[in-house]
Amino acid sequence: MAKVKLNVKVLRYNPDTDKKPYWKTYELETEDDVTILDVLNEIHWNIDGTLAYRRSCRSAICGSCAMKVNGRNVLACETGLHQFNSHKLKIEPLPGFKIIKDLVVDLDEFFAKLERILPYLILKKPTPDKEFLQSPQDFDKIQEAAMCILCGSCTSSCPSLWANEDYLGPAALLKAYRFIFDSRDDGTDERLDIINDRNGIWRCHTIFNCMEACPKDIKITEYLSRLKVKATENSI
Amino acid sequence: MKLDEAKLYHKIDAVVVGAGLAGLRAALEIARNGFQVAVISKVYPTRSHSGAAQGGIAAALANVKEDSLDLHMFDTIKGGDYLGDQDVIEFFISEAVKTVYEFENMGVPFSRTEDGRINQRDFGGHSSPRACFSADITGHVLLHTLYEQCVKQHVHFFNEFQVFSLLIENDSCKGVVAWDIRNGGMHTFHSKSVLLATGGYGRAYKITSNAHANTGDALALILECGLPLEDMEFVQFHPTGLYKHGILLSEAARGEGAYILNDKGERFMKNYAATKMELGPRDVVSRAEQTEINEGRGIGGKDYVYLDLRHIGKERIMERLPQVYDLALNYLKVDAIKEPIPIQPTAHYSMGGIPANVRTEVIKDAKGSIIKGLYTAGEASCLSVHGANRLGTNSLQDAATFGRIAGISMSQFVRDNKFENLPANPQDAALKKVSTFMNGTGKERHSVIRALLQNGMTKLAGVFRTEEDMLKLRVLVKELQERFKNVTIDDKGNSYNMDLIEAFEVSNLLSFSETIVEGAIARKESRGAHYRNDYPKRDDENWLRHTLAWQTEKGVVLDHSKEVIIFRDRYAPQERKY
Ligand SMILES: Cc1cc2nc3c(=O)[nH]c(=O)nc-3n(C[C@H](O)[C@H](O)[C@H](O)COP(=O)(O)OP(=O)(O)OC[C@H]3O[C@@H](n4cnc5c(N)ncnc54)[C@H](O)[C@@H]3O)c2cc1C
Ligand code: SF4
Repeated sequence: MAKVKLNVKVLRYNPDTDKKPYWKTYELETEDDVTILDVLNEIHWNIDGTLAYRRSCRSAICGSCAMKVNGRNVLACETGLHQFNSHKLKIEPLPGFKIIKDLVVDLDEFFAKLERILPYLILKKPTPDKEFLQSPQDFDKIQEAAMCILCGSCTSSCPSLWANEDYLGPAALLKAYRFIFDSRDDGTDERLDIINDRNGIWRCHTIFNCMEACPKDIKITEYLSRLKVKATENSI
Repeated sequence: MKLDEAKLYHKIDAVVVGAGLAGLRAALEIARNGFQVAVISKVYPTRSHSGAAQGGIAAALANVKEDSLDLHMFDTIKGGDYLGDQDVIEFFISEAVKTVYEFENMGVPFSRTEDGRINQRDFGGHSSPRACFSADITGHVLLHTLYEQCVKQHVHFFNEFQVFSLLIENDSCKGVVAWDIRNGGMHTFHSKSVLLATGGYGRAYKITSNAHANTGDALALILECGLPLEDMEFVQFHPTGLYKHGILLSEAARGEGAYILNDKGERFMKNYAATKMELGPRDVVSRAEQTEINEGRGIGGKDYVYLDLRHIGKERIMERLPQVYDLALNYLKVDAIKEPIPIQPTAHYSMGGIPANVRTEVIKDAKGSIIKGLYTAGEASCLSVHGANRLGTNSLQDAATFGRIAGISMSQFVRDNKFENLPANPQDAALKKVSTFMNGTGKERHSVIRALLQNGMTKLAGVFRTEEDMLKLRVLVKELQERFKNVTIDDKGNSYNMDLIEAFEVSNLLSFSETIVEGAIARKESRGAHYRNDYPKRDDENWLRHTLAWQTEKGVVLDHSKEVIIFRDRYAPQERKY
């Protein structure tokens, strides 16, 4: 562990005072084993308290601190300085979202899209006294999709969404997958109706950006492809 | 009903503060009962710290091996070193199984047994595999499922709103006042009933597994209203916190056979718990680590030891402990297949909190008199299920079960009661907090004061405690409280002013930490997570009592007259040996 000198450029924007976002540079010294979140904390706590960003759990599970660092969407908390070759950092908010302030983006639309696909178990059968039985194989089908932390990285990196903001986007579609492929769920028809639409599953052009951006390494594109097959089968 | 967020006044039957497992479960219950409910949370609901729980949720389903409610009850009582109230524990255990089945029926993706039932695994302190789990993301799937169910019930969320004050008058709660983090502006929530479910207070410590959000806000607000906190001196330290970061490396690592080594490469647990070795209970292993560190046998004489997975082998590490592997690699650049991982004890769970009865009604004294319309559940509360030391996987269960109970109690209350008038100038106290920080002229930074507090708490009221250390800490906390009066913030704006909310949070840490220190000084015994070098024995004769702590002009006032409820015929105190 040694000290390093950092040059950190942060895209700043305050809606109350700024017409548009601008770059601000901070020079600071830290240990070399810190994370990007530690760097932001150091700036915010000891240099410039006006800097705003979201963070909470610090262990890559709450999904608050997704942002773009040196050109990649990452979770700031789990990204060590050592993952970059240089001590120059360029930090900006997730692209594709409206900026609220500095690195904080507006997620209202992101969550609203999630709500559109009916993101909850739909049951048309009575509940049992104990648990519904589900085989380990059926659990495996949904396990990875259920890992999604709703960080927004995938949706932010999707060119189809940049081109058409009404597109549901990968995170909402992945949620649809998680329920449609849940052996306990009875809402497949309703959900397929919603996603089998020109702003739904068919806007995914298998570009794979989402998968690359996902901090949880979820094979999003693969699951969306399975959804396409399901939607096609259902409409025949 | 759609509330008009632009307005600064809201009138709603029930307000839930906090969107973790406890808050969401309560909100769901109230909404299902047909009452209006608003959830106020300073982070988006799915970002609540409940999502960080990995290991599991306890319930004696007996899906994998024989188990019973009685055994679960005994383990909980013994784990809590006999400070838990046994009437509450009995009720808790009797509801636990139902809570898990309900979760499953709502859609929680649990890991499964071969025959399709909820899978269960072993966990420290439980004598049967009782932890229902979903891979290593149990808290995450429980939290997301509850959020989904709340969406289905059209629960109204006020996301990124932070409660700044409680409206309590004549022993009755009439609502809360909250700051809109995103846009600025103070909102008054006028309601018949309020639930405080703001989670743990681990952020009082430097090294902690807790989220940035776990600043015990509601606890400080309770003290401000002249109400007491209970058993604050009991803070659990987890032995496998990632060095410097404090974030948790799952107990599963030790379960899979990881060694813990000192500077000499010795498995030093042989000197502390010869039979259980690394698998001893959390408090015992944490104390062993701290002893090694204190006696100069930390790695390179520093304040950490090693968690060694190497002998487990690449295949098994990648299959069973992928998260542990990733955390070490991403944060510390340590490849756990080839190198040992630096670890240290980390402040993990808050046993103390806002006192309440089994119906989750907040109480104001040792006799159990209640504050009308005010409820609490989850890690912010102290009912007391976990006594002096919480067993892993019992806390998700606690948050969910008592969240549901709070929802039931609040629904009844809302049905049977009318709105009371708000106190005069309800926003004054909250607005004053904002203007003090915004208009301050002093030179102090809240971040500096917080760091000094956290250092002091970790060093002087951590794993080991002595009167001498804590008297120093008492002085330090007072000093920092004085210095805090000169805090000014850089950010004077309304939009997403993180500087403001952090200043508020540090003021909260400074306030309730005092009750941890005073509780710990007064409790002259060692029990569960509270270990006194100068009083190393448990003292059942004098200390089968809870601590209630008030903040007054003259400092913290303690009351130890609340005796622990014990069923002497069934669960009389015995020595806690593992
Ligand atoms: C790393 C880790 C792993 C764990 N693993 C396990 C496990 O395997 N099994 C287990 O049983 N337990 C585990 N625990 C403990 C367990 O996760 C917690 O005790 C439990 O989730 C607490 O739930 P809660 O609803 O009380 O609080 P939280 O989930 O912490 O939620 C608190 C809520 O309050 C809100 N809030 C706080 N202050 C304010 C304010 N002023 N205004 C508005 N909103 C506010 C926050 O936004 C948040 O929504 C673990 C804990 C940690 C730290
Ligand atoms: S799929 Fe991955 S990138 Fe997209 S929101 Fe979920 S966790 Fe984030």
